[in-house]
Amino acid sequence: MQFDATQLIPVLPEISLLTLACLVLLVDLFIREEQRIASYVITQVGLLVTVAVTLAVASSETQILFDGSYIRDPMSDLLKVGVLLVTFISFLYAKDYLIQRDLFKGEFYTLGLFAVLGMTVMISANSFLTIYLGLELLALCLYALVAFNRDSPEGAEAGMKYFVLGALASGMLLYGISMIYGTTGTLQFDELAKVVSKGDMNEIVMIFGIVFLVIGLAFKLGAVPFHMWVPDVYHGAPTAVVAFLASAPKIAAFALAMRLLVDGLAELNGGWQGWQGMLIILAVLSMGVGNLIAIAQTNIKRMLAYSTISHVGFIMLGILAGTKEGYTAAMFYTLVYALMSAGAFGIIIALSRKGFEAENLDDMKGLNQRNPWFAGMMLLLMFSMAGVPPTVGFFAKLFVLDAVVSVDLTWLALVGVAFSIIGAFYYIRVVKLIYFDQPEDETPLSIGVDTQVMLSINGLSMLVLGLFPAGLLSLCAAAIGS
Amino acid sequence: MTLEKLIFYVLAAVVLAAAVMVVTRRNPVHSALFLILAFFASSGIWLLAEAEFLAIVLVLVYVGAVMVLFLFVLMMLDIDIAVLRSGFIKMLPLGVVMAIAMAAELILIVGPGNFGLEKYAAPARHAADYSNTEELGSVLYTVYMYPFEIAAVILLVAIIAAIGLTMRRRTDTKFIDPSTQVVIKKGDDRIRMVSMDAEKG
Repeated sequence: MQFDATQLIPVLPEISLLTLACLVLLVDLFIREEQRIASYVITQVGLLVTVAVTLAVASSETQILFDGSYIRDPMSDLLKVGVLLVTFISFLYAKDYLIQRDLFKGEFYTLGLFAVLGMTVMISANSFLTIYLGLELLALCLYALVAFNRDSPEGAEAGMKYFVLGALASGMLLYGISMIYGTTGTLQFDELAKVVSKGDMNEIVMIFGIVFLVIGLAFKLGAVPFHMWVPDVYHGAPTAVVAFLASAPKIAAFALAMRLLVDGLAELNGGWQGWQGMLIILAVLSMGVGNLIAIAQTNIKRMLAYSTISHVGFIMLGILAGTKEGYTAAMFYTLVYALMSAGAFGIIIALSRKGFEAENLDDMKGLNQRNPWFAGMMLLLMFSMAGVPPTVGFFAKLFVLDAVVSVDLTWLALVGVAFSIIGAFYYIRVVKLIYFDQPEDETPLSIGVDTQVMLSINGLSMLVLGLFPAGLLSLCAAAIGS
Repeated sequence: MTLEKLIFYVLAAVVLAAAVMVVTRRNPVHSALFLILAFFASSGIWLLAEAEFLAIVLVLVYVGAVMVLFLFVLMMLDIDIAVLRSGFIKMLPLGVVMAIAMAAELILIVGPGNFGLEKYAAPARHAADYSNTEELGSVLYTVYMYPFEIAAVILLVAIIAAIGLTMRRRTDTKFIDPSTQVVIKKGDDRIRMVSMDAEKG
């Protein structure tokens, strides 16, 4: 096949990100300590430019490039824009935190941008090979970012745990991929779908391949019983890193699930033998364990880690429904969750200051008296996580449950509702601490203007998206192609 | 039994025996050396499968670079093997169960039942002048260009992460500054005369 430069046009978002990351890497070498803010500015402007590039190459058709390694479709466009915007938000929250703790270094942005590149590669992967490489690129950056504060023993421990378990998960994933490749003879998802629909494979090998694939996926998503790393990583890593880690990579993990399970293996979802059954088990356990253990947490970062696990269960509900409606609902949920999660950690960052880490639930006490506006924002974020109308979290849950009910899995929807109600307890406890308890610490919050504006937009978006969910929903529906 | 089969079984036995030795030796340096033996024998198996390039890369990269570096690390660190083994007996039953389950599954799934010669015929032998290095090279930069580029980025990230995590400027480290070293002048810069009182008694 002749190489033609126009082939590179759909890959422009990735090219732009790679150029940006290398630019930040080089510029950061030559600037002085007090000019470090330049790395940050270049990163943020570059991310917005990449958003523009992604929108410019977006279209409603599907393009497959590089001999089937790369795919650009409406789903990849929307998810990439989501990843880039959420990264922009979390980097903005991170800036003041990093400056106050002498962690304001170029590596944060370089590694962060390479992680974003890994995410976009995953989102646009059309073969097992590309998706695995994207996953490793993302994971390597995250391991280093978790251990970013080298003076913190918790950070090093969390990084080490994350690294070892992540490597194990990659091994599982690769083992599953090798079995599927062995029996179907292809690594490309579109080819795989053809082989699967012809039934030209060995059933037993395929089932075991999918089991390993789903285990690897569950590790990466942090679904029970493969969730052990999540609380430790959230707890040990610097809060600024967690704001990034807990938001954008969730969108990439959703893309990973969609590409692996839906693009290639959609026909194998039926019954307990297919991946639907495996996801049901994971989803029920995740919602149950995540919500129940979160109640017992006193550390807010750990509490949000267990809350992530339960949200992952909900996202899985949407995927396992196996209909376009379900995928749309799961995508809506994922995008909304990434936004909520970034906002919640943004508030925790805003509560911390030099020499003080807001880590415990008690640090939330009396926030209303210290700063009523941001208390209100945290209220909106917590209500959204709990799924209280009219915030957007309610609609996210509603759409997922609707999709599950429409495929006759009403019992599963009931389980989901029951665990959401249990989960509402610990979100509303945070609200109670904010509004009805006396502050233990009267220091007024010192938040930069940029963070104030972004936190306000982030908090209010919960309400606005909740009042007008149709826009984002129709974007998701168009991306899935229903 | 053909000669090829005989060579395969000998090499396979060496790999297995070496792997067992890696996990059972008390001295970590011995374990590392047995791992090198296991790599050598596996590269022999790959040669039998006509994967010459991979076989050579395994020896060059893993044995030549990775394991030598690993041996350095082992010799520099004071590894207390007793501490590492403290949970061995407690975890042994679980480990044995897991190992048996994995082995049974391996035999069931990827064993001859599903991937035997009657299901997948052995590929035809290539001529002696066939170069699979050339074949790899011709697809690496064309069909697999995109994954290849990502792999390059992953290596770049590995460098950044490793340096970012380990390099720190310490004020108390003693080091030689070559620029001050070369501008030094004969005489006072080199020798400092100290006048001291003679020790008594």
